[in-house]
Amino acid sequence: MKPVLSVENLHVRYDDYRALDEVSVTVGQGESFGLVGESGSGKSTLLRAVAGLAPVREGTIHVDGQSLKGSRRPRSFYRKVQMVFQDPYGSLHPRQTVDRLLLEPLAIHDIANAEPRIRRALDEVGLGPSFRFRYPHQMSGGQRQRVAIARALIVEPEILLLDEPTSALDASVQAEVLNLLEQVRRERRLTFVMVSHDLGVVTHICERMVTMRHGKIVEALTSEELTAGAVKAAYTRELLAASKGFVRAN
Amino acid sequence: MSPLLTVENLKVHYPTRTGGVDAVRGVTFTLGRERLAIVGESGSGKSQTGRAIMGLTPPQARISADRLEFSGIDLLKATPRQRRSLRGGRIAMVLQDPKYSLNPVMPIGRQIVETLVTHSPVGAAEAKRRALDMLAAVQIRDPERVYGLYPHEVSGGMGQRVMIAMMLIVGPELLIADEPTSALDVTVQLEVLDILDRLVRERGMGLIFVSHDLRLVSSFCDRVLVMYAGRIVEELASGDLSLARHPYTRGLIDCIPKIGENRHPLPVLDRRPEWAA
Repeated sequence: MKPVLSVENLHVRYDDYRALDEVSVTVGQGESFGLVGESGSGKSTLLRAVAGLAPVREGTIHVDGQSLKGSRRPRSFYRKVQMVFQDPYGSLHPRQTVDRLLLEPLAIHDIANAEPRIRRALDEVGLGPSFRFRYPHQMSGGQRQRVAIARALIVEPEILLLDEPTSALDASVQAEVLNLLEQVRRERRLTFVMVSHDLGVVTHICERMVTMRHGKIVEALTSEELTAGAVKAAYTRELLAASKGFVRAN
Repeated sequence: MSPLLTVENLKVHYPTRTGGVDAVRGVTFTLGRERLAIVGESGSGKSQTGRAIMGLTPPQARISADRLEFSGIDLLKATPRQRRSLRGGRIAMVLQDPKYSLNPVMPIGRQIVETLVTHSPVGAAEAKRRALDMLAAVQIRDPERVYGLYPHEVSGGMGQRVMIAMMLIVGPELLIADEPTSALDVTVQLEVLDILDRLVRERGMGLIFVSHDLRLVSSFCDRVLVMYAGRIVEELASGDLSLARHPYTRGLIDCIPKIGENRHPLPVLDRRPEWAA
């Protein structure tokens, strides 16, 4: 499998705090890759470092053959890589209509034919044309997350970075958004890198994953290995046990 | 034995410019010294039910019920003064996120002591001793140190234990926990549940556990009430999720991705208008 995204020896520090400590991962073209761990483990930081949203001290990120250091990204980078954030209430501009929200990335990247693209983007995420002139507060959480996905897809990226895209949603809405993500991935042959704390969601969407803790990678494994319980690290086993629910101690 | 709490046909109505929202539309249940879960999605009225019992519904809302009784006290007719003495005393509530529910500018120890002295006549030294004991009871390793810390200096899991300690120190008979572990990591979640479980069992409290997570509560509680659009649509005994009959409950269980299952696409919930009728 041809690697499309690889991270080598990445270090991210906030003052003295090591958010990421010598992290390396490789994601192949068309693959769906999961990052799992508790809060503070560095899983979101890794995603943000790739997107240029975290201060990278050391290490290199390769995207599609292009080498990137530090946290500055050329504009062309964002045509290839887009991100969907956790909280659909915080990631959409509250005073912009859906139309305006979707127009912005097109304007930034000088993409022509805005009109049909916006219509197609809305259609693709299952929102009718009636949503086009709504404000974020006029939509539910699931609808907002669909808009966020449409905004990411409208520049036709190759890689989608997903930071807990469904953890703020109700279970039934989560299922709809997960189905949508799988559908667009299949249709556009996208590469996914997804952060989640929910092992059920990660094994559903991703073929491979790493578990992280304290800014380091604990274990790399495939979904089949996790499903079969073939985990080596004690921490991964703990996560797996925790995902099965509460067991009363007697 | 008479139940600890009786709720009959509870309704919570919020007037708005366009007529109003019925957040809770006729909820009936009784609670003994047991663990009862109220499960539903956002907007189902589960939190509003808990808040109405606690007496935390905002003043513009209209509450009505055929009966709302806590150990013989009619909560609808109780004076504000009576409600105040019950709240935090005999009925306590643990909220979702310790980041927002603890006072950020008061050390943890003082907040716990404040709750205790509000509801029982104890001296300062005695109050401090009991607060330290309570912190130890929620498995905080170094109670003396944590006693002097501010909420922002502790982790989410520890903040939630502090919240539980603060609520349980006065020995309530009824504990309402509104999504007490949703803001926590899965591994920490289980530790906090374990503490809650032990304390509820040892002290013989009634527990109302409000949550969106059907699988979690069915492993934790004795009984589960499933709410949809302000009503209870189904009651289940714990561990009997597979026996759920209502299409909403079944849909809710089905649409969660599980480890070791290969269902692409996931079944989605087909909401029927008659469920809300």
